[in-house]
Amino acid sequence: MLRLSQSDYDQLRRHGEETYPHECCGVLLGQATDSSREVRAVVRAGNTRLDSLHNRYNIDPGELVRIQRQARERNLDIVGFYHSHPDHPARWSSTDFAEAHWIGCSYVITSVEKGKAAITNSFVLAGSMEEDKKFEDEQIEVVRGA
Amino acid sequence: MKILIPTPLRQYADKKEAIEVSGATVGEALSNLTSRYSDLKKHLYNDEGKLRAFVNVYLNDEDIRYLNKEQTAVKDGDTLAIVPSIAGGIL
Repeated sequence: MLRLSQSDYDQLRRHGEETYPHECCGVLLGQATDSSREVRAVVRAGNTRLDSLHNRYNIDPGELVRIQRQARERNLDIVGFYHSHPDHPARWSSTDFAEAHWIGCSYVITSVEKGKAAITNSFVLAGSMEEDKKFEDEQIEVVRGA
Repeated sequence: MKILIPTPLRQYADKKEAIEVSGATVGEALSNLTSRYSDLKKHLYNDEGKLRAFVNVYLNDEDIRYLNKEQTAVKDGDTLAIVPSIAGGIL
């Protein structure tokens, strides 16, 4: 289960609309238990795949180091990531899977159709290590008024 | 010096987000880390003993690939961050 406020949910979807027709990407900060992740902040990140912005994303690890430092100052952890799929379903691709390494974290994908955010899905990267990792569908709970 | 452990690997390091280690180089510090927490080793290194391609290691704010890799010297007060890559895309 991924739990986030309406505001944070809207924010990550809006990011995809703003970067359309390119993929957006960002980091979800919050706290995690064994079975759920609660988002407290959504942090936009830059997409370094300038060669292929419309169908690829990559977050500079150096930027992630800085985001992580800021998260620690707020007593938050990295609990997941989000990105958008311009004119493409909100489901993980083989590339999304191959490049996913944060086991236990949520990967949120928003389909952005003709510039408008459509469906947002979340997948948790399950497994014990790189060799047995798998994506599992994850329910998103949007807390209205929070 | 301190090594920051990313969320996915904390279960192999007593659930700690940061571990204090000693060492004169990045390689020594990581070796001390995996000696203390042996379950971390297979997550960080491949069968040939090299850091997995998706495991990025930053010394303070610099990628060690652009310094002297695991031979990079470290000192008290430095921070090493282990940062798995994050990427993907439609295709």
